[in-house]
Amino acid sequence: MKVQQISVFIENKTGRLAEVTRVLGGADISIRALSLADTSDFGILRLIVDQTDKAQAILRQDGFTVSKTEVVAIEVPDRPKGLNEILEILDRADINVEYMYAFVDRRGGRAIIIFRFDDIEKALATLPKSGVQLIKSEIFQNT
Amino acid sequence: MIWNDDFETLPREAIEALQLKRLQQTVARVQATVPFYRQHFARAGVSADQIRSLKDLQRLPFTLKQDLRNNYPYGLFAVPLEQIVRIHASSGTTGKPTVVGYTRRDIETWSELMARSFAAAGADKGDVIHNAYGYGLFTGGLGAHYGAERIGASVIPMSGGNTKKQIMIMQDFGSTVLTCTPSYCLFLAEAAAEEGLDIRNFKLRVGIHGAEPWSEKMREEIEQKLGIKAIDIYGLSEILGPGVGIECIEAQDGLHIWEDHFIPEIINPESGEVLPHGEHGELVITTITKEGIPLIRYRTRDITRLLPEPCVCGRTHMRLERMSGRSDDMLIIRGVNVFPSQIESVLFNIEGINPHYQLVVDREGNLDTLEVQVEVNEKTFSDEIKEMQNLSRRIRKDIKDLLGVTCSVRLVEPKTLARSEGKAVRVIDKRKSLDS
Repeated sequence: MKVQQISVFIENKTGRLAEVTRVLGGADISIRALSLADTSDFGILRLIVDQTDKAQAILRQDGFTVSKTEVVAIEVPDRPKGLNEILEILDRADINVEYMYAFVDRRGGRAIIIFRFDDIEKALATLPKSGVQLIKSEIFQNT
Repeated sequence: MIWNDDFETLPREAIEALQLKRLQQTVARVQATVPFYRQHFARAGVSADQIRSLKDLQRLPFTLKQDLRNNYPYGLFAVPLEQIVRIHASSGTTGKPTVVGYTRRDIETWSELMARSFAAAGADKGDVIHNAYGYGLFTGGLGAHYGAERIGASVIPMSGGNTKKQIMIMQDFGSTVLTCTPSYCLFLAEAAAEEGLDIRNFKLRVGIHGAEPWSEKMREEIEQKLGIKAIDIYGLSEILGPGVGIECIEAQDGLHIWEDHFIPEIINPESGEVLPHGEHGELVITTITKEGIPLIRYRTRDITRLLPEPCVCGRTHMRLERMSGRSDDMLIIRGVNVFPSQIESVLFNIEGINPHYQLVVDREGNLDTLEVQVEVNEKTFSDEIKEMQNLSRRIRKDIKDLLGVTCSVRLVEPKTLARSEGKAVRVIDKRKSLDS
């Protein structure tokens, strides 16, 4: 149930973000979800793409610093308290969220949140037991 | 191996006796043949016949780089041009270069001292010496070349640049000894890795590196990345070129300075006072065999100390500690003296950081600012902002703790800092353009 995410170090300079998308586009890689965390000097671009290994390899080749991280994709009920219920479960289990970002899966018509946990194994053990719907990584692949 | 056993292992008294004789001859010669020295000595109220002991050397005035510039190009030559067989010049980053001339015997001496240096680094006639120092006005290339031929090694006169070809030749020709600047050495290793080659599988076994200051940590990095022994060599064109001093492979601890040709002193760079052995200060060298352009008490601007203790290799010539910086590279940031090499050591002590850094010094209002730019790599990169901020904080804190200077840290993408094919550009001092 783990999903592979790649992170890219990006200096706060004009054109660097475009360079990433240019490289990915040129290799026919599709971005499924993304988030950009930024500071005044640099940003960290986190991406979920349809071909993780290929994306990592070509970005590296282009001189980017890239790392691969495992994250968890969770379906969130689209109603008040939907997210809160999930966060409460995590809180009770003492699982820390490093960061998260959301996107809408248009094909499935549902909201999905990508979570980066401090302890992914514990999260994976806890969440399904509490009835939380985890998304399989296959939905990010090109089908 | 010791190349010239007779001279390299002379007892201390014999070295000093030889030094005194040669010093007296040199001082008398420059006083007679170089108008600059005649006036220089007269102004200091000293003359050649007053040099009766090595201690009397201290009565002579210093020679500065500016004196070479003022006498550009040939004013300090002690022989007529007909006797000069080679002319080199140092890169003049500001204004005119400094020009040095060699007689046939000077070239002979230089070859001998470079041969001693190669032997001290463990090279011999069976080696294939890949010489990636620049050939040309710069003394590095030809200096190393003549010494390599002298020991009977097969020398490949690569010169600098054209990195891909360097790697191909190094691999195909089976180079065993690499001579280049330390920063270029790492650059080569990186470039080889980019081509999918592991330079450690090449036949290289020794690297001889100099022409820019480098740290012990950088040595570890070079030795690990190239799978070689990295030897520090010292020289400067004004004095000779490469081969003024070198580490022996046995100890790799301090550079033997060839005392039968040079007299080293360490001075306080501010007061000019001569410091006792073991104390840090600026290295001053007097050449005692050079014919073309002998220099008396030349201020090298290099910061080091003299290590008079005997060395395990059996050579009796004193050692210079690895250069810790140049007195003119010294940055004064808000009143604190900082050498780029000190910052380098701090960075190298942080796990995972690579050797590519640049210092940008600027002034905001009346306050000096120091920005340390460090390249991020896959070892230091994290997908979490807080980890990256911890890295910056760690660098800032270590520099503050160890050097007492506050800086800002900018993490930059890999390979964005200028890579040198010659000497590394480590410092950009924007204050200089503000002052002029």
